[in-house]
Amino acid sequence: MSEKMMARDVYGETLVELGRKNKDIVVLDADLSGSTRTVKFGKAFPERFFNIGVAEQNLIGVAGGLASCNKTVFASTFAIFASGRAWDQVRNTIVYNKLNVKIVASHAGITVGPDGASHQAVEDIALFRVLPEMVIMVPCDGPQTRDIIRLAAGYKGPVYVRMGRAKIPTIENKPKFEMGKAQILRQGRDVSIIACGIMVKNALDAAGILAQENKQARVVNMHTIKPIDRQAIIDCAKQTKGIVVCEEHMINGGLAGAVSEVSSESAPVPIQRIGIKNRFGQSGSPDELLKKYNLTAGDIVEACRKLMQ
Amino acid sequence: MSYPDKQIKELEQKARKIRRMIIQMITRAGSGHPGGSLSSTDLITCLYFAELRHKPETPKWPDRDRFHMSKGHCCPLWYAVLAESGYFKVDELRNLRKLGSILQGHPDWRTPGVNVASGSLGQGLSVTLGMSLAGKLDKRDYRVYCLLGDGEIQEGQIWEAAMAASHYKCGNLCAILDYNGYQIDGKISEIMNLEPLAGKWQAFGWNTIEINGHDISQILQAFGQAKDMKSKPSIIIARTIKGKGVSFMENVVDFHGRAPTAEEGEKALKELA
Repeated sequence: MSEKMMARDVYGETLVELGRKNKDIVVLDADLSGSTRTVKFGKAFPERFFNIGVAEQNLIGVAGGLASCNKTVFASTFAIFASGRAWDQVRNTIVYNKLNVKIVASHAGITVGPDGASHQAVEDIALFRVLPEMVIMVPCDGPQTRDIIRLAAGYKGPVYVRMGRAKIPTIENKPKFEMGKAQILRQGRDVSIIACGIMVKNALDAAGILAQENKQARVVNMHTIKPIDRQAIIDCAKQTKGIVVCEEHMINGGLAGAVSEVSSESAPVPIQRIGIKNRFGQSGSPDELLKKYNLTAGDIVEACRKLMQ
Repeated sequence: MSYPDKQIKELEQKARKIRRMIIQMITRAGSGHPGGSLSSTDLITCLYFAELRHKPETPKWPDRDRFHMSKGHCCPLWYAVLAESGYFKVDELRNLRKLGSILQGHPDWRTPGVNVASGSLGQGLSVTLGMSLAGKLDKRDYRVYCLLGDGEIQEGQIWEAAMAASHYKCGNLCAILDYNGYQIDGKISEIMNLEPLAGKWQAFGWNTIEINGHDISQILQAFGQAKDMKSKPSIIIARTIKGKGVSFMENVVDFHGRAPTAEEGEKALKELA
């Protein structure tokens, strides 16, 4: 059994580690610093931490102003507010100006659970993917969160990082982390599964089930949604019978959208999408919701079987 | 504090010149926003030519005072002032709103002298607040200025920023409100009343200064008063006339976002000669 961590815990710790080394790092939050864990940075470096209150549009604007004065700014809130409430601010103040702001959002996806539809961000990747040159990254576990946050701090320009709320198991033996380069976690020639975030673990479980039927599924962790690793997708399309894309997000405009775009342009292949389909979420425990919305390893197995027929 | 007559005269002449440049620019471009550009002209002319600490030859000088035009549609005024200050050649103004131009229809970060792009109303005060916090953090003594429109402050984000600037005691921040009383659809008082306006800003914890936005001496005095206030952000609520300086544009809401025709442009330039 691998260790389980919360991505946001790792985020808070990594911020403190980076803050020690880099005096230009400034962190902002909008009254959710306890949940996003930016409070850790706030305690370590109070003068470089600004709580903006319940005001996400102002959060993003202030982040932009600080970045225009050569600060490396991390701005955090829940994914639903970062992407929805403040989208225009992200577009016009941050991305259009190419400002050095990292929007690191927690509580993304349906597994926020009992809070229900109002707080379940399942559209955020789509909302940010249309913004020119914005980098979008989704860690699949704790250690990868550390990699991504470190990288984001060193990268000049707008970045969106998507984290969930719950503890997630660490995926062992991952290839070296590199921005924009997908990680092949398991080789296979029958079918490909491309996943991000918490769905990577389910994809690996699905591949395990398929192996018992002598079917070899390739499992790809697409931690960088933008810029996407085109070659990895083309390889999956050309070397296997089809691609199942898995994300804790709407099936439109997110990872499946990105994979489909690349495939249709460069290597057409049948694609199955595992994600939320044309409906809102609801209250429930994370596991109940994953079942209810067909995001389990079993659902992935079924989609793979369809493609291999 | 009184200012030498000579300085006042020079600034009045400078403002007149800037107004001419605005008319020429927008007439040539065939589109743009003359009304609000002309109402803010005296304020921003005084800011750039009497108040702002800046080096046009070094636009990114770290210790510069920062100006942000939150009501980005009035950028013809900003472009004229920047060109006149020496940030780029005055000839460049001919290219306003043209394909590939450094002078976009709304301020763009590529323009020398522009720190952050703007145009989506309501976002600028937050950006200025970020600059103010950076200045305090770095213990630099630069000041930050933000031009707001009166219609613009109907946006909620303005009040989020107003609350935060007062909370963080941003004495280095000065907002300038161009209170010309008109928005696109008509009179502010009829579309969405802002009064009591000074009371609102006072209630948000701001040092509130009310002036006639076309009186050079009052404008200079207001900048001085804002600078003296160290513990609170300041706002200069400037009563202005939309389209100021051109008789047939004054208080005519149609000229909020309509370019003068060639004939109107000529007529306007005669009045401003």
